[in-house]
Amino acid sequence: GVPSLRPYRRERSLTLRSSSSALYNNLAVLCPPARPPAFGAVHGTTLSLLGNEGPPRQLQARGGGSALSTPLLTQAAWCELPSRVLLVLTSQRGVQMYESDGSTMVFWHALDVPEHPAAHSVFARGIAAAGGRFICVGTSFGAVLVFDIPPKGTNVTLSEVLEQHRDPITDIAAEQGQAPDGAGDLVTADDSGTLCLWSTGEEFTLLGKIPGSGSTCSSVRLWNGIVAAGYGNGQIRLWEAGSGRIRAQVSAHARWIYALDLAPLTGKLLSGAEDSFVHVWKLSRNLDTDDIEIQHCHAECVTDTQVCGARFCDRAGDTFAVTGYDLSEILCYGPA
Amino acid sequence: MSARTLPLLFLNLGGEMLYILDQRLRAQSIPGEKARKDEWTDVDRKRVMNDIISTMFNKKFMEELFKPQDLYSKKALRTVYDRLAHASIMRLNQASMDKLYDLMTMAFKYQVLLCPRPRDILLVTFNHLDAIKDFISDSPGILNQVDETFRRLIETYNCLSDGEFQLIRQTLLIFFQDMHIRVSIFLKDKVQNSNGRFVLPISGPVPWGTEVPGLIRIFNHKGVEVKRAEFTTAGNYVTPQREGSFELYGDRVLKLGTNMYSVTRPVETHMSGSSKNLASQAKENIAPKPLAKEELNFLARLLGGLDIQKPTGGETGFRLNLFTTDEEEEHAAQTRPEELSYKVINIEATQEPGRRAELVRILGELEVAEPRPGSAEKGEDLLALMDGL
Repeated sequence: GVPSLRPYRRERSLTLRSSSSALYNNLAVLCPPARPPAFGAVHGTTLSLLGNEGPPRQLQARGGGSALSTPLLTQAAWCELPSRVLLVLTSQRGVQMYESDGSTMVFWHALDVPEHPAAHSVFARGIAAAGGRFICVGTSFGAVLVFDIPPKGTNVTLSEVLEQHRDPITDIAAEQGQAPDGAGDLVTADDSGTLCLWSTGEEFTLLGKIPGSGSTCSSVRLWNGIVAAGYGNGQIRLWEAGSGRIRAQVSAHARWIYALDLAPLTGKLLSGAEDSFVHVWKLSRNLDTDDIEIQHCHAECVTDTQVCGARFCDRAGDTFAVTGYDLSEILCYGPA
Repeated sequence: MSARTLPLLFLNLGGEMLYILDQRLRAQSIPGEKARKDEWTDVDRKRVMNDIISTMFNKKFMEELFKPQDLYSKKALRTVYDRLAHASIMRLNQASMDKLYDLMTMAFKYQVLLCPRPRDILLVTFNHLDAIKDFISDSPGILNQVDETFRRLIETYNCLSDGEFQLIRQTLLIFFQDMHIRVSIFLKDKVQNSNGRFVLPISGPVPWGTEVPGLIRIFNHKGVEVKRAEFTTAGNYVTPQREGSFELYGDRVLKLGTNMYSVTRPVETHMSGSSKNLASQAKENIAPKPLAKEELNFLARLLGGLDIQKPTGGETGFRLNLFTTDEEEEHAAQTRPEELSYKVINIEATQEPGRRAELVRILGELEVAEPRPGSAEKGEDLLALMDGL
């Protein structure tokens, strides 16, 4: 059918206490039902939180120890599980988990950091809730840490370490719709562009691996068995999760893609990149041919800004928010 | 976050510093404390450039620099450039040194931001090194040092993946975050807005390896392309002609990192950067925290490699002013906004007595042992010194 082509327009901006750093997927959004969304953006060693209640708050990276500087954060994301919502921060030292308003730390996991800096950097990056019970976090070693989250309390345990990637993890995404049989419900991506498809559970099973082809996959989403991946060469690729085959390729951006997001009710896809552009696309499946289609809906140019975060603020994709490097605002867009 | 960032940061900032010093030395004659017949001559200028470049590319210094390590604070790095700028007979007042550092950092920030691919930061570095080799083309000894570093760069970086280069770039961008000092030459060329932010063009060649945006290709379940569609946006991009060379010699293609100054385009900065973004930068500069052990180690290692020349006979050598007049320099010193002060580290004033003794000892070892000819004399002595380098 014809995609909803209602354009968007720029709405209010939200002021951040600090500007956003140039990091992949640098915008966290929590959309509680019937309440305004909460936002988070990373600046160096701190996470700026704009909550729907109360004053803005800042969280620090943990684990400075005797080092000169507080460790840098790499990413933050809210993980929604059936029983609770946790706010997860990843850094050069490890993984911090908080209650969703950032008020209390629930859990801390330290990475094995060598005494003297090795040639290869050490950090955690890539965060997703999975299987209704787990939070998965990637590392620069290529390992994916699977944490088992209790319905309440602080008794988080490391359930499994998945070691299928050989390059630093960039992003992790869980199925946001309905997975077809055999398609898996989790995708992990790395610096080399390799994607791994998993089935989650007591033990995670690797269902398939899509090798990279020379370009980093910086951001990934999974919806109805379709993997949407954004790459350093500006391409968006859609893959069939079950077969691992490529179904669409878009020359979407002129520079490195930093963020993708997907609205599960409509299949809208949002992409943001260093080229200053944010695009809205529409994914669909042609029921006759079984082809996966992608159409361009809307483009926004954030003048003189390298976009580093872009997220929908509702499940239909009628609103979205954007962050940029050196920008001390969150830009919000809504229906025209 | 990338432990391989420091060499690129140091070499590119150093390159920008040399462009600026070279331009000022050519444009300016120094009055005052020298013998009256003396003006800055080509010989003096080359002497200063040679001294700084040979110090910068000192073998032991480079070995330390290339070891994997975290980036250190802006304060620590600024101190290194302070020492480097004074590696010869030239002297800079605080205000001129501040301005020099502002220009260096904003220039490299611009280059990092506008690099089409993260890997192109290496081409920017090569542009700086190519120009440095031009500055000392008459001195084969120093040329060798620079080529050594060039080879080390190629060996260390050419094999890194795009993802690793992006991490290096992200680390550099964190270092430069919230710096919006306005630079006249950038404002005039319209590459910087009046609010201090750089102009990011949405036209021109796409990076090597990227396609011009606009094409959608659909494949069926057998992998056969079954449909094509196009979309248009405001951007106006074209395919690039060729890729720059990553070899020791070659056409870099990219213009970022080449010398944008010339005698007719003087260096100036406006210091009215009073936007709220400075708040975060201010936090780092103002908080008077003692140097951490690692920072002291770093400085000691770097300074251990520097051969600092002290002027003899009087407290100044030739003074270089980065402003047009002495009055302007004085005014700049007095009106520099507090939040932009670099608070250069006074190394003696550390809180760890043991560490202080160590650094003082190292600095003491850097004293020139043999008596040098008075720097006020020109001609033969300077030439003799140059031959000795």
